Amino acid sequence: MDLHIVAPLASPEERAAIDAVLTPLIGAPASGRAAGERPYEEAHLAHGGHEARSRRDLLLPALHAVQDRIGWVSEPAIGYICRRLTIPPADAHGVASFYALLSTRPLPPTAVHVCDDMACRLAGSERICADLQRALGPEGEPVDEGGATWFRSPCLGRCEQAPAALLTVAGDPARRTGGGPVSGPAILDLLRDGSGARPLGMDDAVDTDGGTSPTEARLARIRRSVPQAGRTGLRLLRRIGTIDPTSLEDFVAAGGYSALRSSIEMGPGAVIDAIVAAGPVGRGGAAFPTGRKWAAVAAAVARPKYVVCDADEAEPGTFKDRALLEEDPFAIVEAMTIAGFATGAERGFIYIRGEYPLGEARMANAIASARSAGFLGADVMGAGLAFDIEVRRGGGAYICGEETALFASIEGYRGEPRNKPPFPVERGLFGGPTVINNVETLANVPWIVLEGSDAYASRGTPGSTGDKLFSVSGHVARPGIYETEFGPTLGEIIDLAGGVRGGRRLRAVLLGGAAGVFVGPDALDMPLTYEHAAEAGATLGAGAIVVLDETADLLDLAARIARFFRDESCGQCIPCRIGTVRQEELLARIRSGRTRGSVQDELALLADLGRAMRDASICGLGRTANEAIASALRLPGVLA
Amino acid sequence: MTAHRDRPPLPGPEPTGSRPTRPDDPPTPLSPIVTDVPAPSPRIPAAPPAPHRPLLDMTIDGRPVAVPAGSTILEACRAEGIDIPTLCQVEALEPAGVCRLCVVDTGGRALTPSCSTPVTEGMDVRTGSERVRHARRLILELIGSAVRMDLAGPELPDGSVAAWMAEYGADPTRFGPPAPPAGPDERDDRHAGHHRAPDGAVAETMAQPVKVDNDYYVRDYSRCILCYKCVDACGAEAQNTFAISVAGRGFDARISTEGNVPLPTSACVYCGNCIAVCPTGALMTRTEFEMREAGTWDAAAQTTTETICGYCGVGCTLSLTVQDERIVRVLSPLGHDITRGNLCVKGRFGYAFVQSRPTDAGEARTG
Ligand SMILES: Cc1cc2nc3c(=O)[nH]c(=O)nc-3n(C[C@H](O)[C@H](O)[C@H](O)COP(=O)(O)O)c2cc1C
Ligand code: SF4
Ligand code: SF4
Ligand code: SF4
Ligand code: FES
Ligand code: FES
Repeated sequence: MDLHIVAPLASPEERAAIDAVLTPLIGAPASGRAAGERPYEEAHLAHGGHEARSRRDLLLPALHAVQDRIGWVSEPAIGYICRRLTIPPADAHGVASFYALLSTRPLPPTAVHVCDDMACRLAGSERICADLQRALGPEGEPVDEGGATWFRSPCLGRCEQAPAALLTVAGDPARRTGGGPVSGPAILDLLRDGSGARPLGMDDAVDTDGGTSPTEARLARIRRSVPQAGRTGLRLLRRIGTIDPTSLEDFVAAGGYSALRSSIEMGPGAVIDAIVAAGPVGRGGAAFPTGRKWAAVAAAVARPKYVVCDADEAEPGTFKDRALLEEDPFAIVEAMTIAGFATGAERGFIYIRGEYPLGEARMANAIASARSAGFLGADVMGAGLAFDIEVRRGGGAYICGEETALFASIEGYRGEPRNKPPFPVERGLFGGPTVINNVETLANVPWIVLEGSDAYASRGTPGSTGDKLFSVSGHVARPGIYETEFGPTLGEIIDLAGGVRGGRRLRAVLLGGAAGVFVGPDALDMPLTYEHAAEAGATLGAGAIVVLDETADLLDLAARIARFFRDESCGQCIPCRIGTVRQEELLARIRSGRTRGSVQDELALLADLGRAMRDASICGLGRTANEAIASALRLPGVLA
Repeated sequence: MTAHRDRPPLPGPEPTGSRPTRPDDPPTPLSPIVTDVPAPSPRIPAAPPAPHRPLLDMTIDGRPVAVPAGSTILEACRAEGIDIPTLCQVEALEPAGVCRLCVVDTGGRALTPSCSTPVTEGMDVRTGSERVRHARRLILELIGSAVRMDLAGPELPDGSVAAWMAEYGADPTRFGPPAPPAGPDERDDRHAGHHRAPDGAVAETMAQPVKVDNDYYVRDYSRCILCYKCVDACGAEAQNTFAISVAGRGFDARISTEGNVPLPTSACVYCGNCIAVCPTGALMTRTEFEMREAGTWDAAAQTTTETICGYCGVGCTLSLTVQDERIVRVLSPLGHDITRGNLCVKGRFGYAFVQSRPTDAGEARTG
């Protein structure tokens, strides 16, 4: 490949940010004259060695490094990355421009991303957007070259804190923090304050006094997101709020790593047998039996194999994985290590959405602590097992939660899904057999190993074994993450969350998020199991439950969902790339009353579109992009 | 660079005259080894024998057929004389599998792209069910509502988009009148994950000004269906220059140079291989573009002449489009075993000398 780089030279600051990420992994940039080349300042020479050429997977981390340091990614910075990694600059530009959290246009150092997705809309996010627009100018276009700009954002995974926001302040170190509830004036105060020290909302506030030690005060704060925290009888959430999430000792003292020890005693085959017999299905939305996945990768002959944890959690209305990442990160490290042991994979990756800076930091800390204590590395627990994990940060792209898009994103390509088959168990990350599991799915693994498959399978129903985390948001008294054994009805889960807020009447529930469906009050008696949902033509998805009372504007929410899919389509295939645009336009017509023909004509067109998108799209995004919208319009009273 | 798309490997083109073999076919006799002094004229080594490809039994539209393993569903259907429309599939390049026009029904939950799916034993394929026809109709309506398709088709080997529109009853105007075109480079500046809310009165399109920034070819992305062909031809599958890539996301995805710089500043070497594989006329030589603008491009008056490029020893086959005794375009046959339609800038664009004529004053004059 001829590497032809035309951009002007990157600034010393940009280069420093890039080198800080790349140099520890691929060595310092060739030092110029010594290597017979002219120094960087004088010439455009490509000089990546072999190690650099094979490390395209460092492209996204390097782009993040520039975004973090400068606030946007210039072409010269891309050029410098390309030179160091031997990547064609057009390719790198294609990757950088794919992600919403990377900007290839100049931006000021500070950006506030205001969630205007479903739960936050219900909590007044439009008012915040209006305040920011007045003070800072239009989205993404700061007035008078000001020091800050703002963006609307899809669900930030903090719906229980609605309205939520994510603040990014470029620098060294960069500050990235998310939280809620926020208000326009509070955000503007914080920006004016400039010290960057003030907390944005609940997230930061959890740790203010006493750091991360498990105090009563801290537990009380955590209960605002995980109301059951600290109760007995929990499996998946049992350590949340009761241990210091940054302490390996606390984790071990609370039973951590006993499952890995048992797994090593049992042997890989017995572990897989236990998972198969326990029968959990994936909690990431596709509900595929986890044991079958693991068994297929264990049986695969190709090497190397990989374990990937999908922590992209970008389905609107879903925020349960966030709690596990932030408050019980060692459990995920342990579960991934068990997966590696059982399937013969020696490398793991956890891909965390860019909107979860705290989760990312906690995971990185857990991995580093586990490694230095011998729980990761060349000889895990002295058992001769080699396994290690790398953290990768997403760039603001819902589609990167789709497994094959996630692989492409880690590999340094655009996050575009590919046709399946081949499935990841055959050809996954870097083309190797790969187990990919959702965070919550993995959280079930230590429990199965420790208590046995019979104990596990005795909970829930035969078709849906074990426990499930539900992310309950919207018009309920106590929004948050709730764990229950599979089986309770939708109404019972809403009651668990305190029932409909203010004693209002229930209008509808969005089950499963944007890729899910709206159901009416008649669904309150439906048990929330995979089989009952399927029977009712609904879906559990990843367990999002957005509760809407009689004040909710369902057409507005349907339009927000249409906007979401239009923004998040990767753009590869025609049915989804253009279908999501036409859907959004159609909903705009229905809302304004200026339909083409009658409303019935528009509904027929929407149905035609939906069918083609479902049948002909490459991936689950396009295939489900019409369901929630169509189901909203079917609810009585929505179309007057 | 689309290596990650990593679709199942597909067989290359068959050497001429080969046919799939059954396991019980007699082995091909070896040619005797010549031990004499080598003949003075260099002999081209024989192509290696075709890989052994057993036949698989499957059903297409209820008809039992036997198909060589490794064929795509599309190849199997075409061998049976069944027409399947395709947009993003071009001979000589790996299928991208993105336009979805070629979908067929294999009984799965979703339809299957026939261009990029290998046949399997016992597969039951339906190519014209109502479900398939519905998907194809909507895809034609959607692409027709967003992209100028009037040059897509007539030169495709297998039919024209207009004919498909008629056959499938597609009406691209169902989504409303087209929105006004975007300004120059406006689409190239869009930030992923953000867009201006539509009012639904007009349908958003790819319409934008033609990018004319060099003497060799123009880029009219109003006609771009994002089939990835140019990217693949420029990158790993042919040219290895990697001057262009897909940038942006969703409907705002576009083909772009690094940072959207003009072609003369980019890595482009003007081999024109992207032009040759573009199925819609989005990429077009400057000559053709200007003749079309002036209304002098006249396909009916054109003839094609094959010759060998005289610039270097490779000897690529050139296929000259000639109108009014002047070369107006240079292509190379896509089906050629070695060059697969690719040329370099000299073969593709260096023809002006052919039509230079001495002037009265005795100087050479091109034009
Ligand atoms: C558009 C789209 C987005 C997805 N996002 C996520 C996600 O954020 N997290 C997740 O675990 N799975 C997500 N998935 C599902 C994954 O593709 C995959 O099925 C899952 O990670 C497998 O893990 P599991 O079997 O443990 O559920 C998504 C799928 C699609 C189609
Ligand atoms: S369905 Fe949408 S998101 Fe999925 S591959 Fe197609 S365009 Fe991309
Ligand atoms: S002319 Fe050649 S080098 Fe230039 S973009 Fe097209 S394929 Fe790439
Ligand atoms: S420019 Fe042509 S070849 Fe390239 S993606 Fe667009 S339509 Fe396809
Ligand atoms: S955080 Fe705003 S809707 Fe989820
Ligand atoms: S021709 Fe098969 S998907 Fe485009």
